[in-house]
Amino acid sequence: MGIGGGSDMYRQQILDHYKNPRNYGELADPDFSHTGENPSCGDTITVDVRLADDGETIEYVAFSGDGCAISQAAASMLSERLPGTTLSELAEMDREDVTDMLGVDISPMRIKCAVLARQVAQDGAKLYEGDIEDLDVTKTED
Amino acid sequence: MDTVTPKTCYGLGPNHVVMGTQQYALDVESIRADFPVLDRQVGGDVTTPGPGEGDDTPLVYLDNAATSHTPEPVVESIADFYRTYNANVHRGIHHLSQEASVAYEEAHDRVAEFVGADGREEIVFTKNTTESENLVAYAWGLAALGPEDNVVMTQMEHHASLVTWQQIGKKTGAEVRYVELDDDGTLDMDDAAAKIDDDTAMVSVLHVSNTLGTVNPVEALTELAHDHDAYAFVDGAQAVPHMPVDVGEIGCDFYAFSGHKMCGPTGIGVLYGKEAILDEMQPYLYGGEMIRSVTYEDSEWEELPWKFEAGTPVIAQGIGLHAAVDYLEEIGMDRVHDHESALASYAYDRLTEWDDVTVYGPPGEERAGLVAFNLDSVHAHDLSSILNEYGVAIRAGDHCTQPLHDELGAPASARASFYIYNTREEIDALVDAVDEARQLFA
Ligand SMILES: Cc1ncc(COP(=O)(O)O)c(C=O)c1O
Repeated sequence: MGIGGGSDMYRQQILDHYKNPRNYGELADPDFSHTGENPSCGDTITVDVRLADDGETIEYVAFSGDGCAISQAAASMLSERLPGTTLSELAEMDREDVTDMLGVDISPMRIKCAVLARQVAQDGAKLYEGDIEDLDVTKTED
Repeated sequence: MDTVTPKTCYGLGPNHVVMGTQQYALDVESIRADFPVLDRQVGGDVTTPGPGEGDDTPLVYLDNAATSHTPEPVVESIADFYRTYNANVHRGIHHLSQEASVAYEEAHDRVAEFVGADGREEIVFTKNTTESENLVAYAWGLAALGPEDNVVMTQMEHHASLVTWQQIGKKTGAEVRYVELDDDGTLDMDDAAAKIDDDTAMVSVLHVSNTLGTVNPVEALTELAHDHDAYAFVDGAQAVPHMPVDVGEIGCDFYAFSGHKMCGPTGIGVLYGKEAILDEMQPYLYGGEMIRSVTYEDSEWEELPWKFEAGTPVIAQGIGLHAAVDYLEEIGMDRVHDHESALASYAYDRLTEWDDVTVYGPPGEERAGLVAFNLDSVHAHDLSSILNEYGVAIRAGDHCTQPLHDELGAPASARASFYIYNTREEIDALVDAVDEARQLFA
């Protein structure tokens, strides 16, 4: 786009989620809660998840944190999207699912911001299920 | 801008050139003609390098502290080497090798003269400033430092020196100290005088901060170091491209900078070292080119500076750097400095007109040609992404000064940095785009 146009990466939807984050805060008794950061930007996200009685379906999600609009909007959208899906569906979410959810092209330099919340949720689930151990904080530098 | 012919305006002194209604310390328009990339449009597909489909926004390049652009005479000098006398140096008796060797050696002489060194013996070509730091840290630091010693840096140090001496400290047990900053982003010289003591073996300081724009009193810091028999290493990556530098006047023992920030190519850095010290130091890298004679049992080193340039050196880059020095000297480093100061001062004034903008570092007239800032409502990365949509290229992040950003209480900042070809109109474009971002996030 050129001067005078709108902004491609900052469509109304992203700005709306950034300014009015959904499900922002903490859950009272989450089944798991995990934190991640994007050291180069200083973005941080904590995702809390409570599961349904089947121990597999995500029932509630809350997130907290701060950072750039892309990282925070992605977390907000994810918190709306995840309830009703299963942990194995969460595990399968990839980068494209995130950019589809955001509905915009994310430039290569910003992709880490976009995928932070997804990665935090996935690592939290893996820790919960015992697939990984000893991960204090997820870092999206890799 | 293309329609305006610059003319000398004698009322302002012969060094001032008028472009439209603007006055500049140098002839910006003819300088811009040497940098075709400045005429580019951007905004399309980034996976195929170079101009292409979808590029429809004029480029406003304000990321010169990261790397500067390369003028035609420098590009030509490198192309000319590859086209007409490419050969390895110091190895062949044949004609091309002799031409290449002479040109490569003369590049050292030219750089020595440019920064006031005594001769080529004191000028080692490396890969970049970072390697220059590491060369001294490994070749001197590992051998000389121990648990009783300390190395003094500043809180505004770039990772190039900070990480290097921090890690050498871990290997040798030497303590690492950081001189604190005053509120205005200048060094607390009382703290410097307190931290540099008789156990200090090395004082490694920035000449110009790549984040705050602060110009540090490197002569005084060198003197403090020498009062305590310590060496002084000055990181001049943001100084040599932008102002006259004379290592003899500073008096420091080592001085480092990068070619790619001063109109030269990537892949070349410079380490200045006093001859007597370099002479005593053991090599950093071993191999061909740096030896005088070799047996199966032992080796003798080549004379300076080749002792520190193991393997096939940065020949084309050295030749390119020579051309870059010629280019800058023809403009005149005083004028380069005046032009950038004026731009920085203008940018500082325009950005600080707003209450929701925080600018880091000292006020306009005292800073080097860069301005790091934050807009209250917009994260630096978002700001940079939005500016990019307006063709404005700035840096967002911690600019390789993460501990300093922690100190500033901001994980990241946006930084606009200026060079010889930048104009006030480009700063206006920056300020307008910042305003667009503000409105988008309002
Ligand atoms: C002050 C300072 N020191 C060191 C460096 C490192 O330079 P290079 O990446 O060329 O090694 C830079 C630039 O990145 C710098 O601004």
